[in-house]
Amino acid sequence: MACSVRCTGKNIVRSLLFTAAIVFGVACGHRDQAQSLQAAPSASATGAVVIHEPPKLTSIETDKVDALGKPIRVACVTCHTARVGQKLPTSPDDLRDFHQGLVFKHGDNTCANCHVLGAQDSLRLADGRLIPMREAMTLCGQCHGSQLRDYKKGAHGGMSGHWDLASGGRLRNHCVDCHDPHAPKFVPSTPVLPPRDLKLGPPIPHQAGPAIPKLSTEGAHP
Amino acid sequence: MSEPTEKQPRRVHLKVLGATLGASAFAYAMAPLRAWTKELSVDAFLQKHYKELTKEEMTKVIARLEADTKRDYGADVTIKDPKPRAGVEFGYALNLSVCIGCRKCAEACHHENNHDRATNNSYIRVLEMEQGSFDMERGNVQYDHAVPAPGKFYMPVQCHQCDNAPCTKVCPVQATWKEPDGIVVVDYNWCIGCRYCEAACPYHARRFNWTKPEIPKEEINPDQGYLSNRIRPQGVVEKCTFCLHRTREGKLPACLEACPTGARVFGNLLDPDSEIRWVLEHKRVFILKEELGTKPRFFYFFDV
Repeated sequence: MACSVRCTGKNIVRSLLFTAAIVFGVACGHRDQAQSLQAAPSASATGAVVIHEPPKLTSIETDKVDALGKPIRVACVTCHTARVGQKLPTSPDDLRDFHQGLVFKHGDNTCANCHVLGAQDSLRLADGRLIPMREAMTLCGQCHGSQLRDYKKGAHGGMSGHWDLASGGRLRNHCVDCHDPHAPKFVPSTPVLPPRDLKLGPPIPHQAGPAIPKLSTEGAHP
Repeated sequence: MSEPTEKQPRRVHLKVLGATLGASAFAYAMAPLRAWTKELSVDAFLQKHYKELTKEEMTKVIARLEADTKRDYGADVTIKDPKPRAGVEFGYALNLSVCIGCRKCAEACHHENNHDRATNNSYIRVLEMEQGSFDMERGNVQYDHAVPAPGKFYMPVQCHQCDNAPCTKVCPVQATWKEPDGIVVVDYNWCIGCRYCEAACPYHARRFNWTKPEIPKEEINPDQGYLSNRIRPQGVVEKCTFCLHRTREGKLPACLEACPTGARVFGNLLDPDSEIRWVLEHKRVFILKEELGTKPRFFYFFDV
């Protein structure tokens, strides 16, 4: 009898401890602060999407540089209003006086496919209509329709600014910002920021290519 | 007066033994205090978990962190704690057809997120892959020749902000979790540096701060977020947060702005008119290591 009473007493203590543990646990589990959210983006987009206007559409670099060492640019019309040639050249090889060294690698196009004699600040669409030089994207889109479609949907071409146009504007690249219209393919360039990971071994042997110089261990982790 | 009984010396011995064991256990329990460094203030040691901090406490924490940055790096920085936005879940897509592997994204990440300069650390790793193959084991991150190289394609890999994230599940102290807008974050002051999350991530997206990051004062990005690009302490894990200090304020991520090819598309998955939704609905999209069931918010796509 005495034993059973003692045992019951123990059980009561145990159950009290258990309850206390649960209460403590519940209390601990609810220490998180209620998470506050920012307001949802406004439905009305107030930020403007601006397409960058590359200077090369309306001016050209000269061999003169300004005080900061930047090449001085002159507007196309500076020369092209004073000099009107007899006919457009068919290829850059025909350029004798100006635009020397122009590299042209853009399919079988000739100069006259896009340029107009006497209206060098305009471009000519395939149907003969003239458009201002700064609207060159329409001209590019004649052949590169899928790229223009992707561009209009925001899936082609670099940009900066805001994804949420209610928070601010966005500056988008023009075709000509990235692609030289006379040689649109990207020129291979040296990559930046080589990785210097901890214990990064030599390049995998089956990778063909130039040898990679030994990585500097300066500042590497111990 | 009375002679000690036979029992008493044994009791004394047991007491001494017990006290010794107790003292040893106590000393062992307090051992972490021996690792106390002068960088670790009492306030930092006693700081609560991010989710438990009230607004007032967070204000104090941020003031302390800004003062620490001033003391350690000499830079005046502003640390914010931007909250997720209602009705926004972020998604990111990358066009493998146009990526040229220039690593400009990794460089932008390096500067935006205040990475250690000596290690060229970045949350983005660009893999050079053989065309026609998708064997990531053969991907090379150390390429050092003009890009794009013939016969290769380039695949930048960063945190996929998985909906079923293995990294958050393995954290023994809940120092990493998923936010309502889909971003997986780390409370750098709660992380114990066990690196389980780094091992669990199938995308190798997490980095560990082996040393205290070293950044010249003038190169520190002063626009910082508590959960994102503030300078991390030594011994904690860090990761890409889709630049939440920028994106939660409506801006584009730094890596997207740096991309010279426009390969990156970012936006709100819940907005049916967003660019990211157009890509997901109209392009040939694939998910890296889809078979693992991680449900990423980072997608790759091809033109055509």
